[in-house]
Amino acid sequence: MNVGVVAAPGWPSVGVVADWLGAGCLVAGGLLSLAAGIGVLRFPDVLDRMHAATKPQVLGVLLLLAGVALRLRTPDDVGMIMLVAVFQLATAPVAAQMVGRAAYRSGRVDRSLLDADELADGG
Amino acid sequence: MSGRAAGGRRRGPVADPDAPVTRVRARLGRWRDRLLTLAWMALIWCLLWGRFSWGNLLGGLLVGGAVLLFFPLPPVTFGGRLRLWALLELAGRFVTELVSASIHVARIAVQPGYRPRGAIIAVRLRVRTDLNLALTAEAISLVPGTLIVEVDRERGVLYVHVLDVRGPEDLTGSRDRILATEARIVRAIGSAAELRLLAAPAAPVPPTERGADR
Repeated sequence: MNVGVVAAPGWPSVGVVADWLGAGCLVAGGLLSLAAGIGVLRFPDVLDRMHAATKPQVLGVLLLLAGVALRLRTPDDVGMIMLVAVFQLATAPVAAQMVGRAAYRSGRVDRSLLDADELADGG
Repeated sequence: MSGRAAGGRRRGPVADPDAPVTRVRARLGRWRDRLLTLAWMALIWCLLWGRFSWGNLLGGLLVGGAVLLFFPLPPVTFGGRLRLWALLELAGRFVTELVSASIHVARIAVQPGYRPRGAIIAVRLRVRTDLNLALTAEAISLVPGTLIVEVDRERGVLYVHVLDVRGPEDLTGSRDRILATEARIVRAIGSAAELRLLAAPAAPVPPTERGADR
């Protein structure tokens, strides 16, 4: 992957820097996804688990995608990766809300873990 | 009124933004929205195939047309303008909050022996359009410790689950953050009338009204 030009003697080429940045993104994304998985496993309640499934997971996927894009660097693949990122951002909160709402409505939320519940106070 | 308008939107001589538009104008607006949606879906179709060709463009237009025909959605009214600087601020804050929220949740996920407590709070938005409700809900689901459980579309109330609550000040903090997110979205894409709504103090959800129609 010797795409870039050497900027100055002793400096790595653009391609090498992008490869290393991509590798860093892949590792960080993998770690965040691992933490998300641990959270889904360890959190006591459906709603807590949805937090783990939306936040570190989305950023983890985005970082993985960025890492792949930095290493591939072809316009076709980058276009597809951007599309995956957009759909991930748009759909993950919706899915989490649907699961959370279904859990709440069917009474599967552990009330003893809640400090306040203004949804129940009104109804 | 600034000259920078969304998608070549033309503003008529009507000074009052709340004045009723004529039927013809409303019809034209609906057709323009449909055409924009069709073009957007054709673009996505081409991106999904990975290349732009006449065949892909035609296929995208056919599929998009079928989607518009068979799965019609209620019209989303977009009365505002895009403001570039506010959009950049929104995007920047969104990314930083996404990162800090992810690290926060990841940390309490791996912290041994820690059981986080939660709470569900009701937050009434100041701008009650469908678009603002949807965008705010999406944004706060991805930023620090908040997740939508229920949406009351009629009254513009979001019921939000807050993770890792340690005291009442966390609840007020989350409420303020949600309203700040809404304010950033309205400043980025809202109309002048919606911006005026932001200036009004945030009304708490009155207990008598809350859930009265349930």
